[in-house]
Amino acid sequence: MTDYAEPLVSLHGLKTYYSIRGSFLDRLVGRTGAAVRAVDDVSLDLRKGEVLGLVGESGSGKTTLGRTLLGLVPATEGSIVFEGRDITGLREHDLRELRRRMQIVFQDPHASLNPAMTIGQSIGHPLQIHGITNREEAQARVAEVMERVGLAPVEQYVDKYPSDLSGGQKQRAVIARAIILNPVLLVADEPVSMLDMSVRAKILELMLALKHDFDLTYLYITHDLATAKFFCDRIAIMYLGRIVEIGPSEAIYEDPKHPYTQALLRAIPEPDPRRTIPRDLPRGEVPDASRPPLGCSFHPRCPKAFEVCGWEARDLKELLERRWAGLDEAGFEAEREAVGPVGELDVPATHVRLAAHGSAHGADLGSLLERARAADPAEPFWTGVRRIAAENGALEVDWHEPVEPRLLPAGEVEVECHLYDESALSEAARRRESAIPE
Amino acid sequence: MSEPVLAVRNLRLWYGTPRGSVRAVDGVSLEIGAGEVLGLVGESGCGKSTLGRGILGLLPEGARADGEVLYKGRNLVAMSPRELRRMRGPDLGLIFQEPMTRLDPLMRIEDHFRETLEQHEPKLTDHDIRRRSLDTLGRMGIPPTRYRQYPHEFSGGMRQRIMIALALVLHPSLLVADEPTTSLDVIVEAQILRILADLKESFGTALLLITHNLGIIAEACDRVAVMYAGQIVEEGDARDVFAEPKHPYTRELLRSTISLETQELHSIPGAPPNLITPPTGCHFHPRCPDVMRVCAARDPIETAPEPGRRVLCWLHGPDSEIPEGGEAPLERGRIAVAEEA
Repeated sequence: MTDYAEPLVSLHGLKTYYSIRGSFLDRLVGRTGAAVRAVDDVSLDLRKGEVLGLVGESGSGKTTLGRTLLGLVPATEGSIVFEGRDITGLREHDLRELRRRMQIVFQDPHASLNPAMTIGQSIGHPLQIHGITNREEAQARVAEVMERVGLAPVEQYVDKYPSDLSGGQKQRAVIARAIILNPVLLVADEPVSMLDMSVRAKILELMLALKHDFDLTYLYITHDLATAKFFCDRIAIMYLGRIVEIGPSEAIYEDPKHPYTQALLRAIPEPDPRRTIPRDLPRGEVPDASRPPLGCSFHPRCPKAFEVCGWEARDLKELLERRWAGLDEAGFEAEREAVGPVGELDVPATHVRLAAHGSAHGADLGSLLERARAADPAEPFWTGVRRIAAENGALEVDWHEPVEPRLLPAGEVEVECHLYDESALSEAARRRESAIPE
Repeated sequence: MSEPVLAVRNLRLWYGTPRGSVRAVDGVSLEIGAGEVLGLVGESGCGKSTLGRGILGLLPEGARADGEVLYKGRNLVAMSPRELRRMRGPDLGLIFQEPMTRLDPLMRIEDHFRETLEQHEPKLTDHDIRRRSLDTLGRMGIPPTRYRQYPHEFSGGMRQRIMIALALVLHPSLLVADEPTTSLDVIVEAQILRILADLKESFGTALLLITHNLGIIAEACDRVAVMYAGQIVEEGDARDVFAEPKHPYTRELLRSTISLETQELHSIPGAPPNLITPPTGCHFHPRCPDVMRVCAARDPIETAPEPGRRVLCWLHGPDSEIPEGGEAPLERGRIAVAEEA
């Protein structure tokens, strides 16, 4: 039986930021440029013997989190504790010893094998790196793991080159290389998503068998909720660098709490022709992690967002653009002329002063917003608007100040969403009552 | 069905390699009507992309075609490259998998549309070009404020919407979409599929949707054609085929698909054959759990076990063609664990 009590890895407030290089002048005067917050304050425990699924779309930070955990990318802040020892910021030399115990399987088996090495050389390479150079011993060990991953008869594959092997066979070789040093932790980053459907099951089955035989702990990184459901004991859903929901697999799939988790599950195309593509999908895409939305990062796409979720000027820009995509040319031109360049709205601010352009007055902009509201009164954006005031030549719009979301327990899971946060809900109610009439 | 927009009859496509000629498409027939979505599903290397390109006459140099591709009654296979080029766009549209690589990074979105429309409808005025483009983009959810931006300023999903708009702005009657959502995230994928599934209402386009994802077929297609080793092994109404697959390959492929409903893992032993020397008889017979003696000996004959369904499998006859004792099970050779795709 697996001992779930003891964490193998603990992450505390982990942040990994990639700085975007500013201009030469910026560097000269020591000004730091913007940063992509790939991992933005993540805390979690990876328990010994479990399979933890790290699920998210591209740009969610899931791959960066996996790499930071292994020391392949330096952490910006926070700590990583592996087997009780803080390994944050260890030097390469010290990390190398640890790498025997923590290995990674990458997504693309074609790219992760050296084309100039035979399969046997590739699989045996970690032995060489870690100083196990006795030739016979190494050969025996290579043959043993090849047998174990199903690359048998060994003689048939050991001297082949990666180009001679199919995708599934290559992934078996990559897995063999990952387990040859007897690691305790395997980070598997999309190990089956490049493979054909009929092969995926075989690789997942192999990984489950290996976990059982070698007492492995897996961090399974994927965008695919269907394989994660089958494969994982616990699931962590990531969105824009943060964990928005985490809990036991059954709980997440049976009763997803976060609107983002709910959307992901609804969007998976199921091979069931009684289902049709849902119409109530979140709009848009994952935003730029160097300029994340205020408040909850998911709020611009969230169908359930409300007053305190972080509404701001950029949401108004998107609202206008969505509206204009549906208008005819004359309607669009008229409104565009009154609003002027929408770039002015491209700021993370809860207050904006929108100058009226052309022959328009502030009141014209006000009535434009009224029309937009009347066209779609259920749009959650409007809950966030605190005040709209027309002046002579401009329109001022204020939004409610956001409440920062926190990861809080909700039933069997933890979720970072104001819908499950009593204090945020009551704060929203208070703001609703005290809203300034327009 | 009334006159189909596209009727492919016994199409064969092959190309030479140093190791022999590859029969990528081996005697395929199919039809698509106006406003209909036909899903073409299969694993990598089954010939589905070659078939999609072959229909549009976009095969690489050195590829050969035989058979008929009838578009509104005219045979595209017999046409000159020049005639074909003129039809691509206003008649035949194509949407690729990788939207970034198909848009010119140095051209504004506006210029992409201008070039396309000027090429095929030279009489349009600047105003008409702008109106048509903005209208089509608007239907795909791209706001007019972004008309003068460059491709890199758009997200992946938006680029794919632009690609679709660029194909639709000429109102083609037939659209071939080759894995149009494969590089996209699941929510964006569903958004794009929604757009494609709505094409029939808004544009009346006939759509050939090529994918490896059975879930996409189930949710977006009216009919499905299952391809294996260059042949269509089963075709029919998507609901019927998924509810009751007739061909063992369709059945096994459905079973091995990992979905939210998956209770246990299943896989098909072995690997798809190479298309230079495919197995004798039925190409699937070495991997088929239901294999009979006749399957290895004779090419299967297409049958229609029920109206609107066709299947290429000896299990469904014709019985008169199966020799004495041919229905006896065939002892399969053992397939090693690692002999896989």
